[in-house]
Parts: sequence; C-alpha cells; structure tokens
Amino acid sequence: MPAVQATTPIIRKTALYNTHRQMGAKMVEFNGWEMPVEYPSVGGIIAEHNAVRTSVGIFDVSHMGDIRLAGPEALAAVQHISMNDASRLAVGQAQYSALLYPQGTFVDDVIVHRLGQDEYLLVINAGTREKDFSWVRDHTRDFDCEVENFSDDFTQIAIQGPKGVDLLQKLTDADLSAVKFYRVTRGRVCGLKNTLIARTGYTGEDGFEIYIPADENTSAMVWNQVLQAGREFGVVPCGLGARNTLRLEAKLALYGHEISDTINVWEAGLDRFCKMEKPDFIGRHALEKAKSTGVGRTLVGLEMIERGIARDGYKVLDEEGAEIGYVTSGSYAPFLKKNIALAYVPPQFANDRTILKVQIRSQAVKAQVVPTPFYNRPKKV
Amino acid sequence: MPYPTDFKYTKEHEWIKADGKNATVGITNYAQESLGDIVFVELPKVGSEIVAGKTFGSVESVKAVSDLYAPASGVVTEVNGELATAPEKINKDAHSAWLIKITLKNPSELNSLLSAQDYEKFVSEEAGN
Repeated sequence: MPAVQATTPIIRKTALYNTHRQMGAKMVEFNGWEMPVEYPSVGGIIAEHNAVRTSVGIFDVSHMGDIRLAGPEALAAVQHISMNDASRLAVGQAQYSALLYPQGTFVDDVIVHRLGQDEYLLVINAGTREKDFSWVRDHTRDFDCEVENFSDDFTQIAIQGPKGVDLLQKLTDADLSAVKFYRVTRGRVCGLKNTLIARTGYTGEDGFEIYIPADENTSAMVWNQVLQAGREFGVVPCGLGARNTLRLEAKLALYGHEISDTINVWEAGLDRFCKMEKPDFIGRHALEKAKSTGVGRTLVGLEMIERGIARDGYKVLDEEGAEIGYVTSGSYAPFLKKNIALAYVPPQFANDRTILKVQIRSQAVKAQVVPTPFYNRPKKV
Repeated sequence: MPYPTDFKYTKEHEWIKADGKNATVGITNYAQESLGDIVFVELPKVGSEIVAGKTFGSVESVKAVSDLYAPASGVVTEVNGELATAPEKINKDAHSAWLIKITLKNPSELNSLLSAQDYEKFVSEEAGN
C-alpha cells in the first residue's frame, strides 16, 4: 500500500522551538513557521523593543532562508537576478538588494553577502523561501555556477542593539571592531569554528547575525550562552512582535506589506538600492519605462494626530474624506511612543505635514505625513 | 490572579460587577494576558446605550485589535478616563482597571453569565487548546 501523503500544510519549527517554549514564549504561526511573538516573562513586546533600542536583544531568525551561489560565473548570475550592483562588493561585504519580476515588482528583498572570490550568499524571507529558490535556480541556469539551498542548514540568531557588539565580542575570537556595518566575517563563536558573523539586522540598530549549525543541542547551547554573556547588559530574548515594531520605526520593508509582486521599486522608494547603470538585470526594462511614466503611488510615513492606531489594510483618505490609498503597516511605536504607519498614497499627498485621514473602523482619524525613517539610530561619537 | 467571585464573566472575556442597577465593566486577566501590552482603548461616551452581546468599544495591544462585547444592556454613566493616557493599567491589574460603569436595563441578564468558577474552567480549556 502506498504511503499516505500529507495534504495539510506543515507548520515548521526552528531548532530553538523547545528553548522558546521553556522560556515561556507566546508562540504564533508566521508564514508557515511556529515562532515566538513575545516573551511575557521578560516584559513583552514593548520591553523587548526598548531593550534593543537602548541595550541589546536577541532573536531566533532561523526561519529566514539562505541560498548560496558559487562558481566562475556566480557574480554574473547574482547581477542578473538582483537589482543592486554586486560587482561593488568586496569579499566580506554585504548589500541590501531585491529579486525582481520582469515587471519591476518584487519576488523578494534580500541581503547579498560576498563570502569569497566567487561565492555569494542570499539571505531571503521565510514566507518566500521555496518561491525564491526556484526563481534563483530557474534564472541562473545559463551561468556557470552552483545554486544551493542552505535554508535548513543554519540556526540564525540576531544579536541587536548598541550593546550587541560588546556582547558578541565576549563569545568570539573575531575582532568585531574591524567588522563594519554590512560586513561579514568568520570566527570562532561559543567554540564553534568558522562561524559566519554578519554585521546586519532588521531593527534599525547596530547588531550582528550569526549562522550556526541547525541541530537542536548546538542551537540551544549558543542561544543560552548569548543570554548568559548578555546578562551584564540586560539582554532579553525578543519575538516577532518586537521585530516588527523595530523594523517599522526604522522603515524597513516587509514582504507582503511595503513590497510585493504588485509594487515596483520606484513606488516602494527603494531607488538607492536599484542600480540602473549596471549590466542588464531582470526587471530593468520595465523599471526604465516606469521611470519615464512616473509613479501613481508612493510610500509615505504617517503619524496619527488624533487618537487611534492605523493597521495594515486600513484605507487612507484625503482631508475631504475621499479614499486615496491604504496602510501597509501600522502600530504603536514603543520607543517613539507614537502611533505610526506606512501607507501608499498618490505623490501629490506625499509632502511632509500633509494632513490625511485613516479609516479606523467607523471613524476617519486624522494623521499627517512625516519624514521617514521614523527612527534613526544615534550617530556614534 | 484569582477571579473575584462577586464578578460575572463572558466567554468574550469581559467581567461585570453589579450592585443593584449599577454595574462596572472590565476585561479579565486572561484577556490582558493574551493581548499583551495594551496601548489603546476606545470606549463609548457617557449617556450612550450598550446592548448585551454587541460591541461597545475596542482594546488594542501592540499586535492586535480586540472588540469589547457588552456583558449586559444598559446606559453608560461613567468612563474610565485614565485609560486614555494609561491603558497599561489594564495589564497591571485587569480586575481593578475598569472600563465603563453602566445603569443596567435588566439586572436579570446577569444570571446567564459565567460565575468565577465556570469562567476559570472555560479559560483553562481555551488555553489548553
């Protein structure tokens, strides 16, 4: 008798699942993954958020995927499928970029790391892992390079906040002062040789992401050692709730919200990561056309003036009450202590201090356009 | 946190404490725990009417919006104005941080609500799922 095929979607768990449960995390399903949303024992989302802004917090981000491209034509392949200019990357350098459809809209946003002379690592989103890997594999067939899906091989831990560097330095022999923002190195971490250490993150703060083997014991050992080493800085474990409010304050895009397969690069305002002068890449032609036509909508930051919180999908109205756009992400901002949102509106409504309204259930609540990012981390003196 | 035995409870996680025709309404400790950090509360105006089982406002945590359901029908006589600037008081003590006070239309409506014991059993089953 043939084996019965499972038809229900499988909810996946990271190697740290049991660790999160033991710490009393509240778990939620996110893009097919059962992930911690907050840790009530450390005070919940607001406390976690503010720990990252003022000291340090750690996140399990193992649901993120990883695609490695290596071979003589790896650079040409990366250039073909991504919008930023990977030829500018030195070995050990990373850049924010995106994979685009021919229409100039988003397959996903990615971080491209150059790990070696002919070796690149794309870090991709959880919800788009399979789609991204197929896309990358299918569109790099003509290049002499290997494409491997390493998504299940790593436990990825993000150590974020101004004290992140001091925390991680206690656990590694790599000289972190030599690793600038958006640089990547390798070193011993918690006794694990040759661990990938990237000075990247999704919080608007300084911080690191480390990539360790995805077995449960190793993952728990590192997670616990990081918490232990961070005790003097008041480190807290953080869930997806704080991850979302942190990235929103810093105006970092979330796939399915600010960027998607129907939103193009110019609308999303990601121009500076899209290098039209580099050799041809997928989406370039459509973007060139779109540039000459101009955008019909653009992403703006809103701050609520009247009482109310704008949420994803709420309608945006002009002052007279006519519908002009929609909210992509909105929340109470725990560090700024304001209600903020990102929204798509026609460009004529995008000037700072333009008064708009957000339809919050039965009420049209006043908001104004404000400069973004809402939060900028303090410059180091 | 114990559920006061002189309160009645709804399956939507509101509590109500009646004294004759006057009653006080809030949300339960279980509700505040599941919501997490409460950052916004929307309440009806004094003088407005609320209807048993219908929504009368909302409470929002960082992550979620949750409707408030009237445990009984009545007219709003007082609104806890403190919650406009300090909604976190609900997280600190949900059973003393009341939302509204009402004059009950029909005090016998409360007979159909859950006792503290029944509510505790209800939430332990809900949490176990």
